[in-house]
Amino acid sequence: MYVETYERAWMWLAGGLIAVFLGVIVVTAANGAIAPPSHMETVDPANLSTHPEFGSPTVKTNADGSVVVTVVASMFSFTPDPIEVPADTPITFRLTSSDVIHGFEVVGTNANAMAIPGYVSQFTVTFKKSGDYVIACNEYCGVMHHTMVGKLTVKPVSR
Amino acid sequence: MMIRINRLAAAHIAVAVGAFGVASAMGVLQGLSVADVNFPVRREDLYYASVTAHGVLMALVFTTFFIMGMGYAFAQATLDRIVGRGAAWFAFWLALAGTVAAAYTILTGQASVLYTFYPPLKAHPLFYIGATLLIIGSWIWGGVIIASIRSWRKDHPGEALPLAMHGTLANIIVWYLATTGLAIEVLVLILPWALGWVPTIDPLLARTFFWWFGHPLVYFWLLPAYVLWYTVAPRVAGGRLFSDSLARMVFILFVLLSTPVGFHHQFADPGISAGWKMAHTITTYAILFPSFVTAFTVIASFEVAGRLKGATGLFNWIAKLPWGDPFFAAIALAMIAFTFGGFGGAINAAYAMNSMVHNTAWIMGHFHLTLGTTAALSFMGATYWLLPKITGRDLKLTGLARVQPYLWFLGMAFFSTSYHIAGLRGLPRRVFSGALSGELGEQWHGLTVIAAVGGAILFISALCYVAVVTATMSVGRRMETLPAFDLAVPLRPVGAPGLWDRFGLWTVVAVLMVLLAYAYPIYSLIGQTRYGSPPFQPF
Repeated sequence: MYVETYERAWMWLAGGLIAVFLGVIVVTAANGAIAPPSHMETVDPANLSTHPEFGSPTVKTNADGSVVVTVVASMFSFTPDPIEVPADTPITFRLTSSDVIHGFEVVGTNANAMAIPGYVSQFTVTFKKSGDYVIACNEYCGVMHHTMVGKLTVKPVSR
Repeated sequence: MMIRINRLAAAHIAVAVGAFGVASAMGVLQGLSVADVNFPVRREDLYYASVTAHGVLMALVFTTFFIMGMGYAFAQATLDRIVGRGAAWFAFWLALAGTVAAAYTILTGQASVLYTFYPPLKAHPLFYIGATLLIIGSWIWGGVIIASIRSWRKDHPGEALPLAMHGTLANIIVWYLATTGLAIEVLVLILPWALGWVPTIDPLLARTFFWWFGHPLVYFWLLPAYVLWYTVAPRVAGGRLFSDSLARMVFILFVLLSTPVGFHHQFADPGISAGWKMAHTITTYAILFPSFVTAFTVIASFEVAGRLKGATGLFNWIAKLPWGDPFFAAIALAMIAFTFGGFGGAINAAYAMNSMVHNTAWIMGHFHLTLGTTAALSFMGATYWLLPKITGRDLKLTGLARVQPYLWFLGMAFFSTSYHIAGLRGLPRRVFSGALSGELGEQWHGLTVIAAVGGAILFISALCYVAVVTATMSVGRRMETLPAFDLAVPLRPVGAPGLWDRFGLWTVVAVLMVLLAYAYPIYSLIGQTRYGSPPFQPF
């Protein structure tokens, strides 16, 4: 196949650029353990209220200081609300939905995951800045979707 | 010579433009609503019904009908035949009936599930049935085009398929691969559940099959635009096609890479492992390559045009291009939009970076550049070029046609840029009000207002387009002879069919790649203890 010289050079450049993009993504994912929330766990959405963990979603502090926040998203609110967590501490969110698909986005941070009924989303975030954050549902979930907001308060830690 | 007008193509394009007009009117009202501008019919339920209508009419009806009509026009012109006209008309009426049925359920508020219709949101069953009929119509369209190509091949042994049909055939294969996922989702999972035959559905499994379809859907829009860029644009610009063989390679790469990429829409989902998300990231990035090649080939073809018109400097060939021609202007602006849209897409697909923009207004900004400008503006420009050739009528209101692409681009610059920035600041997508119950609204209110202004400009541009098409089709002067369907001539003569013309081989490879990308993740998804969801109708 005939390919003109300039076009051949362009194709190598384009291929190189794509390789660099992918290289950056793979290396940062491997080194910094940056991965999208990809937890594999199921839960029965019909019996959430009697579930030992999701029956009473709350903030729990483990013995080692790490914090686990269980959240249930339902039309059109998050439980618990507000959520209060310490700054500079790894916070593990465990999230599910009791009805339709919702989104869980802590505005201004990287915490952004889907709440899918029947499945548990789990991801860990460390909030460096203390203050109040808005949690917005970012997946259409019904006629009052735009009112589905929650509050996250990050408290400074005194050491 | 008798005028052979192409009623089949014209009928499809008329439906496409009608759907576009209705959807545009809804779009401008949605822009105002997000910006919290009050108007008499602003209401939550109407907003979400209209977002559903806008998405379905633009993404599925306007595009599919236009692509079918364009396919018939090119088949008639380049193959000199459409084999199976009866089937083609049957498919047209089937798709139209499906569209009307689905539109009825949406407009009566019984299907406010958005165009992604994620279960366990449940629409009226007629919504799914209507959408299915539209897709079945498009399958028949693909069959008619393939039959026409086979017949042509029998008469032209040893000749390479005309490039426009090479691209169209590639697109049909992409479409069959893509809609297989949709068919499984709708026919196997959703319909039995929506009709009440089974009590529950697995929302994640349905979503996974949706995105098996949802991403190649964008290439189903893009490839016809590329057909126009490669085969028509260089000719209208007054140049030659820089490379015919690379264009064929580009179309085949889309056949291979379009479908095994869907997980980049599900980065934020549970239940799919990080490793498989990474695998789909790699194929997603690979698919940037054919678009890079397209950018070079098409722009080089334009440079040839400028130089043939006497340009000698490094850049002054750009000034020699026919910027006053509505087709050329639309294509050139569509390409500029795709530069930004394409790089934005690379950001969305970037695995970890995705969490900054996932489901925010950024995504709306993104796909209004790609679908809303790159594909849609290419189709609008193509309408001006195509209409006289298929209806035998002179284009009316040419002044409006000339300014329309520029207006669209201007409106989109306001609209898309604002939503990109608002999305980075966290504005969620698909909200009735950007104020989010009074929380945070001030962070992005200025941006949503600018986006609404952009929306108004886009609406004026849409009105111009609909007016030109309506006037041409109804009162355009009937011509004595049809204008010639002139396509670009390549710089080097087209050789005998080669590696990139072996559609059978590439289709087999493409099917294997889809299986490789989806078989194991779906197997492991189904393998765990799963709990289904009953239907919900919160609208």
